[in-house]
Amino acid sequence: MSVDAATVRKIASLARIAVADGDVEAMVPELNNILGWVEQLAEVDTDGVAPLAAVVTNHQRLRDDVVTDGGIRDAVLANAPQAEYGFFAVPKVIE
Amino acid sequence: MSSYRIQGATGEWEVVIGLEVHAQIVSKAKLFSGASAEFGAEPNQNVSLVDAAMPGMLPVPNVECIRQAVKTGMALNAEINRWSRFDRKNYFYADLPQGYQISQLYHPLVGEGAITIDADERSGISEPKTIGIERLHVEQDAGKLMHDQHPTRSYVDLNRSGVALMEIVSRPDMRSPAEAGAYLRKLRSILRYVGSCDGNMEEGSMRADVNVSVRRPGMPFGTRTETKNVNSIRFVMAAIEGEANRQVDVLESGGTIVQETRLYDPDRNETRSMRSKEDAHDYRYFPDPDLLPLELSEDFVAACAAELPELPDAKRARYEGPLGVPAYNAAVITADVETARWFEALLEASGKTSPETAKAASNWLISDLFGALNRLGKDIADSPVSPGQGAELLALVADGTLSGTLAKQVFEIMIETGEDPGKIVEERGLKQTSDTGAIEAVIAEVMAANADKVADYRSGKDKLFGFFVGQTMKAMGGKANPGVVNELLKKALA
Amino acid sequence: MSITDLGIAAIRDGFRNGDFSAAEVADAFNAAVSSARALNAFIIETPDHARFAAEAADKARSAGSLLPLSGVPLGIKDLFCTAGYQTTAASGMLSGFVPTYESTVTARLFGAGAGMLGKLNLDQFAMGSSNETSAFGNVVSPWRRNDGGNAPLAPGGSSGGSSSAIAARIVPAATGTDTGGSIRQPAAFTGIAGIKPTYGRCSRFGIVAFASSLDQAGAMAQDVRDCAILLEAMAGFDPKDSTSLDIAVPAWERELSADLRGKKVGIPKEYRVDGMPEAVDALWSQGIQWLRDAGAEIVDVSLPHTRFALPTYYIIAPAEASSNLARYDGVRYGLRELPEGANLQDMYAATRAAGFGSEVRRRILIGTYVLSAGFYDAYYTKAQKVRALIARDFEQVFQDVDVLLTPTAPSAAFALGEKSADPLEMYLNDVFTVPASLAGLPAMSVPAGLDPQGLPLGLQIIGRPLDEQGVLDVGLAIEQRADFNARPQNWWVK
Repeated sequence: MSVDAATVRKIASLARIAVADGDVEAMVPELNNILGWVEQLAEVDTDGVAPLAAVVTNHQRLRDDVVTDGGIRDAVLANAPQAEYGFFAVPKVIE
Repeated sequence: MSSYRIQGATGEWEVVIGLEVHAQIVSKAKLFSGASAEFGAEPNQNVSLVDAAMPGMLPVPNVECIRQAVKTGMALNAEINRWSRFDRKNYFYADLPQGYQISQLYHPLVGEGAITIDADERSGISEPKTIGIERLHVEQDAGKLMHDQHPTRSYVDLNRSGVALMEIVSRPDMRSPAEAGAYLRKLRSILRYVGSCDGNMEEGSMRADVNVSVRRPGMPFGTRTETKNVNSIRFVMAAIEGEANRQVDVLESGGTIVQETRLYDPDRNETRSMRSKEDAHDYRYFPDPDLLPLELSEDFVAACAAELPELPDAKRARYEGPLGVPAYNAAVITADVETARWFEALLEASGKTSPETAKAASNWLISDLFGALNRLGKDIADSPVSPGQGAELLALVADGTLSGTLAKQVFEIMIETGEDPGKIVEERGLKQTSDTGAIEAVIAEVMAANADKVADYRSGKDKLFGFFVGQTMKAMGGKANPGVVNELLKKALA
Repeated sequence: MSITDLGIAAIRDGFRNGDFSAAEVADAFNAAVSSARALNAFIIETPDHARFAAEAADKARSAGSLLPLSGVPLGIKDLFCTAGYQTTAASGMLSGFVPTYESTVTARLFGAGAGMLGKLNLDQFAMGSSNETSAFGNVVSPWRRNDGGNAPLAPGGSSGGSSSAIAARIVPAATGTDTGGSIRQPAAFTGIAGIKPTYGRCSRFGIVAFASSLDQAGAMAQDVRDCAILLEAMAGFDPKDSTSLDIAVPAWERELSADLRGKKVGIPKEYRVDGMPEAVDALWSQGIQWLRDAGAEIVDVSLPHTRFALPTYYIIAPAEASSNLARYDGVRYGLRELPEGANLQDMYAATRAAGFGSEVRRRILIGTYVLSAGFYDAYYTKAQKVRALIARDFEQVFQDVDVLLTPTAPSAAFALGEKSADPLEMYLNDVFTVPASLAGLPAMSVPAGLDPQGLPLGLQIIGRPLDEQGVLDVGLAIEQRADFNARPQNWWVK
């Protein structure tokens, strides 16, 4: 499977990374190079193989229902590009 | 078979409805972080660094959230999957700090189940109907965006971000707004019984996404639209009707239905397309590599089952059968867990109960108590009268101390003052009297003062009997035993 | 011999012995760091942290309350969040970001008495094999080819700052992280030792995530013993990381033994690749001989799916990264680019275009693509299945042998800029290291010899899950016989 400029634009949009038109053209062969290379996996017979679980048996731990966190608004907002009245501020969104 | 149809210009249309309900799980802490899940805190106070998606933060699941979901699944007669997994749903929005929501797509915690809705002639549900449940899974709630505070900025509050949700997906088995309403009411009731969600749609702890399509009866399903985040049962029913009619209009004028997401506007009573969600979202679901598969032991599952309370259908059957509560009353009382609890406390305070006391208690509860609560705008949990006091009042009627009318009077005073009925009766001398001598004396006075009417009555105007009853009761300040008054009046007027 | 020539064990023991104070050690290394800026190994220097820890160590020595790493200063890869100190992941996206929290690994190290000399440079978001993708400039290897050309060489990546600093003796040891070889390959390029433990040994909490199912923190140091000491202090169960293994940390240092009698070493034939430089092949054969001398039995083995490891990795790692890096959106921390009139989604696109370097953007796009609708099964699911086969190859081989011996990298260090034209060419550097990452196995590189241009070459030891001891023991056996004591000639301090 290979990508064209339209696909690159679509992926860039899904990934929310602005790509200038000129750069889109350059990315097409770059990405196709890599995608063409990874495609060799199609050669491998994986019938009846389950995707990898874990190498060392481990079980998902469940933690107790206790409030152990929060109440740290200053830390939460400490690195905010823009914070006001205890909120993160972003450009206005119209729904 | 539902008979609900939309009458189009070219014929009849059937409506097909599926509901996806998001229910906030009752727990102290959030699903994957230790911050509080409580509602109403100051902005960003119930937020941990995990919720804020700081670099290097990792999720660890909360056992109580899983328990609540399992118990809910059991209450829905659903398959509990001993092995399930969390998946990431990837998209960008300011209320989603990680840039993905941790949910369960491929292997949900709970599989297929069902809810039975009751027959309700008035709404066109002619017989009980089973609505299938496809799945129940656990996922994170998003934060809140506020848009009205500033002309050019929106504000992000992450308090709700990461709170545990159950997503309960029905099969597209509903065929009318009434069925949808009944399903939601039943589901909410079950959630409140289990205690896994408070079902408060106005506060947003329970929200419904409504999938609607229309078709000619007998034809395959049509294309559906999804109307998101409807927050009242009334609005859900209105949205269904509005959207179904809209679809019929489109189809009958030769158009096609676009599979899209819509919003319900209660002010205009219509659904409109959410233009902001244009690019058909490619969520790129994949298993969350920060989490391991969720494996439930048999002990865990058994412990959840042991914690289940008596559920509404079972409770109703017990009220109707062994307890002798009339069917209608049983349905009304068991519809809400708080009401059922109150009623059972009332019965317990009444001591050994017979079908008569159970029936009388249930009648009193749904007419007198509910009437008062409605008037006061209160929930039964905030009732000014306690079950013990209610039991005492009913006992005073049962033993003849109070007539029905007097009991209502006493009840009003109980509500106002919070005092016990026995005390009120004593202090205000509100006992009904069965003193025949006193009553006969009053009757004699009434007859003497209304000789003409006595004559009229004796010459055949039977309706005047009521007048004499009224006058006698009035003269006795309402305290005469009505049965005795009737008996003595009959004799005196003969 | 100056203090800065000493490794962890020598500093720890010399300090305990009273040969010098911790303050002397901190001062010596702080001076070395600030005089070696030509290497660009550090993003920030933190002399005060090292000094403060040294003061505490000197006090502890007087009080007789020494901790395992009292007196030892370390370099910390700038992928570990350090409370109060800038953490950038070598990206403009996090320039100026100061975490209010500590990663579990650094908390353990500082809790064990170690001090921090600075945050070491790396490939941006750990994506790279040459430390040429950092937003803070390339790291230069202290090594130069013996052709007199003075071409600046790559120190390997992504832990290029760590490897360069240790090789230049401006830090005694450092933390690294390894996702596809990012500890082992730079260790081989710079003639030092580096170990990636079993997946789950070290907590990932507080480490800026690249690929969750592959990332592991590990130790980089002058020799095998130092790696054992450092790894012991870093490893251990962390309840904040769901993928953390709840098992005790063995006494790796104490149990070190170069006696390999009874051990079986496997030589996987698929690691002999076309075009492998003769020097690498020769060193591999030499390594085999050394292990025979140490008492091991040598067995030829096969890992049939080896050649599919790199493409498998370059599907899975970018896929996970594309999701892990979605949180970098300009809302809550880090860079925000807000062009005139930009809405929220525009802000995301502009911020991420400006904040991410080209390799990072490339991998996010690849990852987004392979997870997208229509391609998920063909790429991602397929890759996870091939991954299972790769892991199974190892599992089967480890029924017959205890460890595997391979070269670490397909060449010695290349010049900066030599391989940046074609990303694929850069990816091929990881051909020997990626399989052990995919299988979650412990693996280390030890310096074993020099190539014809006088540049270090390393040998890789891969072990069974949880058998870091076996890996370290074989590493020690090689180290003792290789007697690698070549050092880069100073050019970086004027």
